[in-house]
Amino acid sequence: MIITWLYYLLVAYVVVLMVWNLIRSRKWQEEVLYVVVLLPFVLRLLRLK
Amino acid sequence: MNTLRKTIIIALGLVLAAFAGISFRASRFLKEPVVAGPSVARVATLGEYFAPIKGTANDANVFFLEGAKPGGTVLVLGGTHPEEPAGRLTTWILAENAVLDQGRIIVLNSTNRSASTVTRPSGAYPATYTIKTDWGGQTFRMGDRWSNPLDQWPDPEVYIHYPSKQNLAYMDIRNLNRDWPGRPNGTLTEKTCYALIQLINKEAVDIVIDLHEAELQYPVISTIVAHPKGLDIAAMASMTLSDEEFKIGMEKSPAELRGLSHREIGDFTKAIPLLFESPEPFLDATRGRTDARLLLEGKDDFVVRAGKRGLLFEKIDAKGWPIDVRVGRHCSTLIQVLSVWSADHADKAVIMTGVPKYAEIIQKGVGAFLHDPAKSDPKKIYYE
Repeated sequence: MIITWLYYLLVAYVVVLMVWNLIRSRKWQEEVLYVVVLLPFVLRLLRLK
Repeated sequence: MNTLRKTIIIALGLVLAAFAGISFRASRFLKEPVVAGPSVARVATLGEYFAPIKGTANDANVFFLEGAKPGGTVLVLGGTHPEEPAGRLTTWILAENAVLDQGRIIVLNSTNRSASTVTRPSGAYPATYTIKTDWGGQTFRMGDRWSNPLDQWPDPEVYIHYPSKQNLAYMDIRNLNRDWPGRPNGTLTEKTCYALIQLINKEAVDIVIDLHEAELQYPVISTIVAHPKGLDIAAMASMTLSDEEFKIGMEKSPAELRGLSHREIGDFTKAIPLLFESPEPFLDATRGRTDARLLLEGKDDFVVRAGKRGLLFEKIDAKGWPIDVRVGRHCSTLIQVLSVWSADHADKAVIMTGVPKYAEIIQKGVGAFLHDPAKSDPKKIYYE
């Protein structure tokens, strides 16, 4: 159970990092890439698999 | 401009996430109706045999089909590996159609229910499949070989089987057919096996039949795998079926490979375990497009080409291995095993009618034996 919570914390941390990079990005190609990569992380946080 | 562009891209991403999320959620929580047949005397849940399972994803329905005369008890497990649908569909036919004259049959349609709520990551599996019926069709969850990681996680680096301490592949700690005989303080899948062992002991089960399917590149295919206690039954059933209906082999459960139903149930209980395998091209590594059509029709040009190069352990041609053929094999094999057992054990006979054999299922289709829940007594409907 502890490992599971640590895992979700890690996923949330990666989501925050990617959103931060998305906000700072100036290239639309990179923004699309960040959003695509974010999808599975967001779904995992919502426990949808 | 920058903010507007980002907003649009994020909104498109959210739309994609919504589509994927809705699809995942719909298949995870899809309700599969079972219309309890004429011999279903009661429906329990697995949690009644081991309290820690109660309320979990694997608190599966347990259908008790009982005859008027006392006799033996046979447990039929469908959905040990839900991605092998012939096993689950056979249990549907049993639960909805079987008429018991003597003895009992206990049926689990979703032995590893958790595994039926997920598909293989990155496998591009269909979320569901539909069996055509006269009243439209019935949709089932596709499922996977392993328990849902949402229900059991994380996997270890190496899975050490209990109690043999044999080292197995890490993900097989979520494989119900590598976790027998289970343990009460283990993972969800191990606890499920432990609960099933309690059921087998408490209900004095004589024979356990575990229904599976296999890829054609796997040597254990079109066969009955038997614990040494059940070799005579498997041999007689295999010979009779091969002579009268279709070719099916028999194999002895290896003592060196642990965690499998056909080994551990025989070693740890008084029951005789048998495992049936039918061919499922959908599982072959060399398959083409992995969709519901391949799952149900069993036709694949790439698998046929593999066969032409001598890479398969079962024949395949353009006709493929349709689901009707695969379910028909399981039903006829079950009927034959009951016949062999009952002939040798009159006081523990299990006499069953109402279940179609191989030729009838091929002629009418599996859907002909699924009952319309909309036209059935609501009290007789149970959901998997």
